[in-house]
Amino acid sequence: MWNYLIQRLFYSIFVLIGISLIVFITVRLTGDPVAMLLQDGNPSQEDLDEMRRLLDLDKPVPVQYVNFLAKAVTGDFGRSFRYSTPALSLVLERMPATLKLTLAAMSVAVLIAFPLGIISAVSRGSPLDFGVRLVSLIGISMPNFWLGIILIIIFGVNLRWLPVSGSGGLKYLIMPAIALGSALAGTLTRLLRSSMLDVLSDDYIRTARAKGLSGRMVLTRHALRNALIPVLTILGLQFGLLLGGAVIIENVFAWPGVGRLVVTSIGLRDYPVVQASVILLAVILLTVNLLVDLLYTVVDPRVTLD
Amino acid sequence: MASSSQANSAALRAELSASQAAEKASRARSRQRWRRALLSLRRDPSAIFGLIILSIVIFAALFAPWISPHDPGLVDPLKRLLPPFWSEPQGSMEHILGTDAVGRDILSRIIYGARISLSVSLISVLLSSALGVSLGLLAGYYGRWADAIIMRLVDIQLAYPLILFAITVAAIFGASLRNLIIVLVIANWVTYTRVVRGEVLVRRQTQYVEAARVNGCRDGRIIRQHILPNVFSSILVIFTLQVAFVLILESGLSFLGLGVEPTIPTWGSMLNEGRNYIMTAWWLETFPGLAIMFTVLGINLLGDWIRDVLDPQLRID
Repeated sequence: MWNYLIQRLFYSIFVLIGISLIVFITVRLTGDPVAMLLQDGNPSQEDLDEMRRLLDLDKPVPVQYVNFLAKAVTGDFGRSFRYSTPALSLVLERMPATLKLTLAAMSVAVLIAFPLGIISAVSRGSPLDFGVRLVSLIGISMPNFWLGIILIIIFGVNLRWLPVSGSGGLKYLIMPAIALGSALAGTLTRLLRSSMLDVLSDDYIRTARAKGLSGRMVLTRHALRNALIPVLTILGLQFGLLLGGAVIIENVFAWPGVGRLVVTSIGLRDYPVVQASVILLAVILLTVNLLVDLLYTVVDPRVTLD
Repeated sequence: MASSSQANSAALRAELSASQAAEKASRARSRQRWRRALLSLRRDPSAIFGLIILSIVIFAALFAPWISPHDPGLVDPLKRLLPPFWSEPQGSMEHILGTDAVGRDILSRIIYGARISLSVSLISVLLSSALGVSLGLLAGYYGRWADAIIMRLVDIQLAYPLILFAITVAAIFGASLRNLIIVLVIANWVTYTRVVRGEVLVRRQTQYVEAARVNGCRDGRIIRQHILPNVFSSILVIFTLQVAFVLILESGLSFLGLGVEPTIPTWGSMLNEGRNYIMTAWWLETFPGLAIMFTVLGINLLGDWIRDVLDPQLRID
């Protein structure tokens, strides 16, 4: 167990260094931030050079990278070129909104998928089952941002039930969360259905039935618990897709999260903010995946980590 | 000398006829498998539904110049934002699905868009499967440092928010068809690599690979003859899933303005152009999105069937 954890942490550090290197280099290929920042004032060459020195962009890129890494380890990701505030705090300010959206989408998906998946498995072959399978496949087949736009057209523009953009109370969260969570809901429903069907044909279910347990007891205590194992794997993998999808959804709904921040920051060549966001999102993703793997051992005692 | 060459050629002939017989048998087997697959297709209404949808889309893509009612690029300022035909009084059968903000016919653009969207997905999935499968074979078969390096690349790729990578690449090289394909290839090789590596690790331990190695088969031959055919069905299943996934991803990238040049109609770029008109002209967003949804649904329905046929262990029902 501890060996496993140490190995995973070691890999994670390696992955984070790789990611920081990639984002560091690619963001520098997008263009010169100095010309962009000073484009209004008709700057002289000295102004430009002075600005580069201030932003630590006058040194060779490998030196810049080593400096960046040395500071980043202490939590200092530099200051935003645009806002002059520390990049990390800028990203951290926006992070709760993104996590709120992602978790809301995940809750929507789970709330839809669990009843539908179980009903579908129990009533296998019926018209109800067919309907659930078709609906869940349609959920997977839609681009999430398009569903968002359709929801805006229906519930925002025509019916005027919900606000079309921005953030505030729960009603601002409903449409983005449904848009972001629908594909995951479809995936989970399909997965839960097939994994329930697998489990329901197992011997211990027959035993449980034979010893006179009620149908509901068998479903919840015996079947669902074991059917959850594959669902858990997918949840971990899908979390990354959700975070990526959140970037587009945030731009559709003007949701004030990291996704919107980073898209505008790439446009503004705001290197420190882009670097901080990508690395922070990667840290979250790696943490979630590690937690999911640890959770395995709890849900399925047969699994040991090494 | 002569007798030895005679013996050689006899042995060669025998080997040849044996391999021909084997080939014949394998052909018969594969014919039988196809017949079984087609039979199961007839019994599977959702797969047939998927096949019909896909046939329509592919037909539209192939014969776009003949079936589209208008020139997809024809701008007509007098016919801006016409609604679809059933919406009185402006709608008419001349523009069945209406027109966009500069008066171009939506239906024609969707038909032409099928060409670009489908070919972008197919090309990028073909390229990423080639890359991903090669890397997976390399990692699984040779192990050691090749495995270590490739799998760490996989980890990095999986933890890097793909959409942000795509936006950065588009900011570097600009939005174009070629760059879009490059981004999509980089985005999707990982899945193949992971699955193929896993399968190779299992196959490498099997007796028939062991036997081939003892018989002096070279690595290339073992991979081609004994390993690739066995991982082929997994690759095909991922392939169909990926075509569907890439269609959606492409639309997302195009929606953010990172897709193709603005003159080329793709379903995603149509969604991007329509987003400023959602308050007034709902049809700009609705129809291209429906085109994406139905195409992806068709691929997914067919994909479920392909998985059932090829890999009974993965059966969902």
